[in-house]
Amino acid sequence: MADAAKKPLPVVDFLKLPDIGAPYLEGQKCKKCSAVFIGPRAHCSKCGARDSMEATRLSNQGQLYVFSIVHRSFPGVEVPYVSAVVDLEGGGTLKGNLINVEPTPEKIKLGMPVEVVYKDALGRKDREGNSYVSYFFQPAKA
Amino acid sequence: MSDVYVVGVDMTKFTKAGSTRSVSELGARAALMALDDAGLKIQQMEALYCGNLGQAAAMVGQRVLQEIGQTGIPVVNVSNACATGATAFREAWMAIKAGVYDVCLAVGVEVMGKGLLGGGGGGGGIPKEGLLGSGTMPAVFAEAGMEHTRKYGTTFEQFAKVSVKNHHHSTLNPKAMYQIETPLEVVMNAEMIAYPNTKLMCSVNVDGAAAAVLCSEKKAKELGLMKRAVRVRASALASDPWQERDLVMPDVNTCTRLAAKKAYEMAGCGPEDIHLVELHDCFATAEILHYENLGLCKDGEAGRMIDTGEVALGGRVPVNVSGGLLSKGHPLGATGIANIYEICTHLRGEAEKRQVQGARMGMTHVIGLGSACAIHILEKTS
Repeated sequence: MADAAKKPLPVVDFLKLPDIGAPYLEGQKCKKCSAVFIGPRAHCSKCGARDSMEATRLSNQGQLYVFSIVHRSFPGVEVPYVSAVVDLEGGGTLKGNLINVEPTPEKIKLGMPVEVVYKDALGRKDREGNSYVSYFFQPAKA
Repeated sequence: MSDVYVVGVDMTKFTKAGSTRSVSELGARAALMALDDAGLKIQQMEALYCGNLGQAAAMVGQRVLQEIGQTGIPVVNVSNACATGATAFREAWMAIKAGVYDVCLAVGVEVMGKGLLGGGGGGGGIPKEGLLGSGTMPAVFAEAGMEHTRKYGTTFEQFAKVSVKNHHHSTLNPKAMYQIETPLEVVMNAEMIAYPNTKLMCSVNVDGAAAAVLCSEKKAKELGLMKRAVRVRASALASDPWQERDLVMPDVNTCTRLAAKKAYEMAGCGPEDIHLVELHDCFATAEILHYENLGLCKDGEAGRMIDTGEVALGGRVPVNVSGGLLSKGHPLGATGIANIYEICTHLRGEAEKRQVQGARMGMTHVIGLGSACAIHILEKTS
């Protein structure tokens, strides 16, 4: 069933696509100890508090914690690409592709400021032909 | 409580992934080798603990007994990521320590596929690999290594030197998958898999099995097996404590440090008392981290350890004299017992060309992502 007007879906359930306004990432924050988690959960694995989670909007600004430049992956996955672990301002750590940077170690600085951007998921579609929106990281604009 | 001893232990020669007829046949081979090493029969075993990952739901332990003797003993099948074999060994140790049994068999066995591990993703929708970064093991451990680079400036070359060392060690180990020297430029110029891990800095997928016969002190004396017996001074297992990034970046450090602390406490000794170590070098980047995690040097000194050769055969504390996972090979569920075999072989003075001279105490370490870390400290008795 090809439906060109069909709304794209979020690549993960913590990526929110509101009808009005920009996409954003949603974390879960413990009301007791303030630990921030990605993805749905009921209890806190840091302090053990039960039913202690509240949704929190994550920042689109962050810092590159570490990375790897991936040259060998599974069939159909375009290489090289940069796998990056990013600490978001205000809490939450995410892994994603770092884009708009040359994939060489000389060009990527540990600790460099990055921002979260939202785009089509590299053209990947599911079996029903749905498109997806994904999050990516890119060097922050000065 | 009395001590527990390893009275028989052996491993198969590790071979190309997929070269084995069946998991049970391979596990049975290692079991018989360990029994022969002890001079005991399957009829004398009171329980079997069997580690395997690939067929974790398929009763591998029972199938091993179906090959070598169905004596009706209790069998526990163990699956605990790359700590699987060590966990099976530890379960046998605990049962004897608790006084439930006097003699137990522990087996670790794996028949592997080829290629990249991890990164399968999960859930519905579209494939996430290469879209939300990488979940492949070479990339995950590259990122773990880059954390060390971030803290201490560790270089690609220093990581690569780990592979040079372990491949050199394996030239002295006939049971290793490879016996090939790989000079630094060969390691660094090999195909880049996930920077900074080149192909020669990734562990080898192999088929392999290892087994150990564990025995109470009373029984070992009764059977006259104390002469070559190796004492288990510590057996520690830890899961991953909460860490800020651990849901995104599996934390092999905190988990290892926790297990190491427990192990040293149990053995009543410190890192300075350890004469050789077999640690989890699933990737060259990982080995560097564990020098510090196991207390072999202070934090920030791991780069120096590899530069000065302190961790090479003949050095202050040789690490992975077997060739390690990088060159001996890494049959996931067998690795934890293969490490124990290597240490016991040195403590018995039977390691021939790669013998660590004067070895009285050794340590084994494995860590499976998810995470599970198992550490054993073993001591020469005679």
